Amino acid sequence: MSEPSKIIKAIKFGILSPDEIRKISVTAIVTAETYSEDGTPIEGSIMDPKLGVIEPGKRCPICGNTMGNCPGHFGHIELALPVVHPEFAKHIYDLLRATCRHCGRIRIPQEDIIRYRRYLESLKKRWPMLATRFSEYIKRKAMKATMCPHCGEKQYRVKFEKPATFYEILEERKEGMIKLNPVMIRSRLEKIPDEDLKLMGHDPSDARPEWMVITVLPVPPLSVRPSIFLETGVRSEDDLSHKLVDIVRTNERLRENLSAGAPQIIIEDLWELLQYHVATYINNEIPGVPPAKHRSGRPLKTLAQRLKGKEGRFRGHLSGKRVDFSARTVISPDPYLSINEVGVPVEIAKILTVPEKVTEWNLEELKRYVLNGPEKWPGANYVIAPDGRRIDLRFVDTKSIAENLAPGWIVERHLRDGDIVLFNRQPSLHRMSMMAHTVRVLPGKTFRLHLAVCPPYNADFDGDEMNLHVPQNEEARAEAKILMIVQEHILSPRYGGPIIGAIQDYISGAYVLTSKATLLTKEEVSEILAAARYIGEIPEPAILSPQKLWTGKQLVSLFLPKDFNFRGKAKVSAGYLKCENEECFWDSYIIVKKGKLLLGVLDKKVIGAQETETLLHWLVKEHGTEFGREFMDKVFRMFVRLLEIKGFTMTYDDVVIPREAEKEIEVILQEAYRKVQELIEQYRRGELEPIPGRTPEETLELRIMEVLAEARDTAGEAAAKYLDPFNHAFVMARTGARGSSLNLTQMAAVLGQQSVRGERIQRGYTTRTLPHFKPGDVGPFARGFVASSFRKGLNPIEMFFHAAGGREGLVDTAIRTSQSGYMQRRLINALQDLYVEYDGTVRASDGSIVQFKYGEDGIDPARSSHGKAINVKRLIERVAGWRL
Amino acid sequence: METVKYVSEKELKEILKEAEKILPPRLINELYEELKEQALTREEVKKIVDLAISEYSSSLIEPGEAVGTVAAQSIGEPSTQMTLRTFHYAGVRELNVTLGLPRLIELVDARKTPSTPLMTVYLREGYKNSKEKATEIARRIEFTKVENVVKRVIIDIISFSIILELDPEMLHDKNITRDHVIKSLSRLKSLKANIVPDPEDPYKITIEVPFEKEPDYAKLFKLRDRILNTKIKGIKGIKRVIVQWRNGEYVLVCDGSNLVAVMRIPGVDPTRTISNNVKEVEEVLGIEAARQLLIKEMMNVLEEQGLDVDIRHVMLVADIMTRTGIVKQVGRHGVAGEKPSVLARAAFEVTVKQLIDAAARGEVDELRGVAENVIVGQYIPLGTSRVKLLMKLHIPTRTKGEER
Repeated sequence: MSEPSKIIKAIKFGILSPDEIRKISVTAIVTAETYSEDGTPIEGSIMDPKLGVIEPGKRCPICGNTMGNCPGHFGHIELALPVVHPEFAKHIYDLLRATCRHCGRIRIPQEDIIRYRRYLESLKKRWPMLATRFSEYIKRKAMKATMCPHCGEKQYRVKFEKPATFYEILEERKEGMIKLNPVMIRSRLEKIPDEDLKLMGHDPSDARPEWMVITVLPVPPLSVRPSIFLETGVRSEDDLSHKLVDIVRTNERLRENLSAGAPQIIIEDLWELLQYHVATYINNEIPGVPPAKHRSGRPLKTLAQRLKGKEGRFRGHLSGKRVDFSARTVISPDPYLSINEVGVPVEIAKILTVPEKVTEWNLEELKRYVLNGPEKWPGANYVIAPDGRRIDLRFVDTKSIAENLAPGWIVERHLRDGDIVLFNRQPSLHRMSMMAHTVRVLPGKTFRLHLAVCPPYNADFDGDEMNLHVPQNEEARAEAKILMIVQEHILSPRYGGPIIGAIQDYISGAYVLTSKATLLTKEEVSEILAAARYIGEIPEPAILSPQKLWTGKQLVSLFLPKDFNFRGKAKVSAGYLKCENEECFWDSYIIVKKGKLLLGVLDKKVIGAQETETLLHWLVKEHGTEFGREFMDKVFRMFVRLLEIKGFTMTYDDVVIPREAEKEIEVILQEAYRKVQELIEQYRRGELEPIPGRTPEETLELRIMEVLAEARDTAGEAAAKYLDPFNHAFVMARTGARGSSLNLTQMAAVLGQQSVRGERIQRGYTTRTLPHFKPGDVGPFARGFVASSFRKGLNPIEMFFHAAGGREGLVDTAIRTSQSGYMQRRLINALQDLYVEYDGTVRASDGSIVQFKYGEDGIDPARSSHGKAINVKRLIERVAGWRL
Repeated sequence: METVKYVSEKELKEILKEAEKILPPRLINELYEELKEQALTREEVKKIVDLAISEYSSSLIEPGEAVGTVAAQSIGEPSTQMTLRTFHYAGVRELNVTLGLPRLIELVDARKTPSTPLMTVYLREGYKNSKEKATEIARRIEFTKVENVVKRVIIDIISFSIILELDPEMLHDKNITRDHVIKSLSRLKSLKANIVPDPEDPYKITIEVPFEKEPDYAKLFKLRDRILNTKIKGIKGIKRVIVQWRNGEYVLVCDGSNLVAVMRIPGVDPTRTISNNVKEVEEVLGIEAARQLLIKEMMNVLEEQGLDVDIRHVMLVADIMTRTGIVKQVGRHGVAGEKPSVLARAAFEVTVKQLIDAAARGEVDELRGVAENVIVGQYIPLGTSRVKLLMKLHIPTRTKGEER
């Protein structure tokens, strides 16, 4: 079905010869008038109906097709006098200099020609790139000769004046310069023999150099330059049509003047004008040529402009194509989906369709869909009869169609649960930006996704939109399901570890559930396990009396494979909560033996996304992606359900510190201000020891920054001392769920120094940052130190400095995205053709070898264990960890 | 109670012998070293080796894999998370090094000179453990101009002379005497002046400029600049040298780089001395060294930013840049601009020129890459669409009476 019947093997580029142009042309264009008074297009004008039908309903006089099927036909303009193709001017210039003005031979002695030809032939076979370089070298060499080695003619210097004027300098005087007109140029180019052209890297069979001088101009079909009808009913022509009219008009005038025997001067002027129009028709951005403009002053978009740039034909239409069967809407979270599901609004499901062949097994079901029609989900929008007729179910009696349905028909049914679709968020920076999901049709108007797939898409829910595509054939669906489905991308090829895993609340939840302090009643256990859709026995309670209680670790253990062993440190294992081995009170050392979580809490370093060599990583790697998906689905639901029962939020009180702490911080800050003052005085007295290689001013700045940064850190530590270690903000920072201890310091203690370009804030007036300070003040406050905390609130000056620092971050991000985007585009372009051959080598598109063995060891990073083929320590732990 | 029998080293070797057919020697060795440390039973060792074999086999790259695209994405995607700023060189406050995105772009661009050239000079045996000797070499290679040791310059218009007041501290720091300065000044050929050391002040030099007829003051000022720019000693391009104690030896970290000149200095170990300038390393040490440096520098940038990227991706980028024997940039003037396909080049940058040149030469696009096949609407020759094998669907017809 999908194997194309015809394959393009190669594309040859060349220049159209005048004969070819006449051959493909259906009519000669001879008149500049386009429409007659009654509005019908004039024959022999650039609007000639022979160039292709553009009105619906009419048939093409040439091919007999209707509008959509007629590809359009070329016409041609016989130029009264030839003109130079401006884009080829450089090539013409080279050829004029490299060949003899008399006999047209390349200015290289015959014996060298034979030798070079041999070199060139052998180079072409093996190094095409070098062959072009060699041709270039031959050309340069030929240009140096002042005498033709073939006919002995003396050669003169040729001067090229942009865009398309050539002179021959016979003598080094002003009068010694003769202008070479296109007719002369053309006759010289005609004389160059084919064999010599080959030597200079041209292919004479498809690109004779005289064809670079235009004698016949092809006129593109109407479909290439369609007229637009404005609302007022006024016809507006395409830029190309405007330009073509200019060319035809000038050409006809030139022809008349020629036949009338007008003076040379007039002919010259008109010729020049024709050259200008043809040049701007091809490229309207030639340096040194005033661009042709529309009446409104807007420069015309001519041929070259259509191809160029991001929105040009190449990048805009050929490399990137628009598609049907796609949808886009806002995204929102749904923790009750599986990570490989996507919630699709009913409204969208009724528009997107899947073509399904009717067989005897799905006949009844498809009949039902047809009966439901396009309005009712699950229904169908179209059916395709065996004879290829496409029936729109909006306008027919669905009942009779449903009755006629039989194997051989195709029903374009609505999207339904279980269909495979591709889901994507821009910017698509890596392959995990487009993954296959299975559909869940849901009420509402947004796409719903599981929170664990946010990191690969880099998505959040502050208004992000995502795209969805429906594969239309079995091959595409099979590839999507096998290669692109979410669970196949849990392990990232970037570093060989999970990119999908627990984030934010899942981490807090995991920590709370598995911490020693959490004991659950039977009701709670039942509810949590039900949320995970656990089916099976509830384990023996950890505590029997006075009440039956279970630990969270027991619940997690239910979902671990029975032969799973693991040891590792949690993220909370830092500072005074550090644990080096199992004999540790703080419970931050994790031990899993035979699928039982015996010790330790779960947090970011155990089940988090973008963390390697963790419990989650080994689970996915060793027990398969499908297991990994199910594990995450179930366990993560359990974590959030616990938080829903217990409540987990952050409050103002979490960052309130007692009066003593305030005082302590005040002392720390005062001490820092004193030190700063001391430094400033030292500097003023000239006693400040400069850091080698720095001026005293720079030294002072650096030292002040050091002192203030240290003050903030110690103030933060002081505040942390007074905070409840189990308040939720603190828990989030410690487990890696969200935020850092710096964020807490800024909320509870001091915001600290604001900076722009890594320095204290200097900008503003010449001697001070704001008029609130004395000129020359370099103290902490005058340079953007914020002593308030977010909790206390900032004073207006502090707020101003904070905004100045904040803006830098925004500007930085904006600049960085464009820079890194361009770098990635270049990297992709340089590397996209590389592939692994069956022999294990990495090759480029021409089959040349780039690496003899991929990555020097042939290991796929995506299938590796964090870069290693095998992790021996882990293997030992996996097999014997239960008793070691 | 039954005693557990642990595997002996001999048995271990025996088991590993089996695995040698599949696993590369490095892994066999690692297995051996790790397994002999643990008290494991024969069954456990067997199981571990079997797992190793199956994991190794399943982690091999598959034919058709689009490794280039994956590499480009794996480097490009994290680069959006990098910062733009420059950083101080490890531990040394005086030196700035460009890191982060700007440095990465610089590397893939294969720039002639990095924005912060840096050279790490290692020393030979006999020098590397002595701070004095290391400092001596440092002083020898640090580029010192008269300007660097002068405290004050006085232009005496009356006597038409220039008076240099030297900075004793700087002289000491650079290990230079007044005689050195005078010697290097006298080497200035076009300087037709009389250099007089002050008999009283040991840090003063008077340069008396003779003149014909009218004194030319503009000339005097010009002369001052010439004098200040006079080299006393050192190697061109080395702005600063810092002696650092690193991994049990003294290492010279230089701001600026000049490998050829530094390698000639006695005491310098030319086998380890390295610069961060890829082009310079390519010229001096060759293409393999340039490749190695590219990998090292890119990994360094990524690691410094805390971004985890597999080294294989970086190696592929380094390989595509160096595979022709010269370092080529990733982009229009390098790898991407020299692709064999016209359409692929046109779709990248400078569209019109590519098409015109292709037409003039009569070039043929063989449609073997990705971009060109996307353009013409065909399958790309990678991954699942690279497979050209078709299976003949052979449905056996069951004849009557044949058993199921």
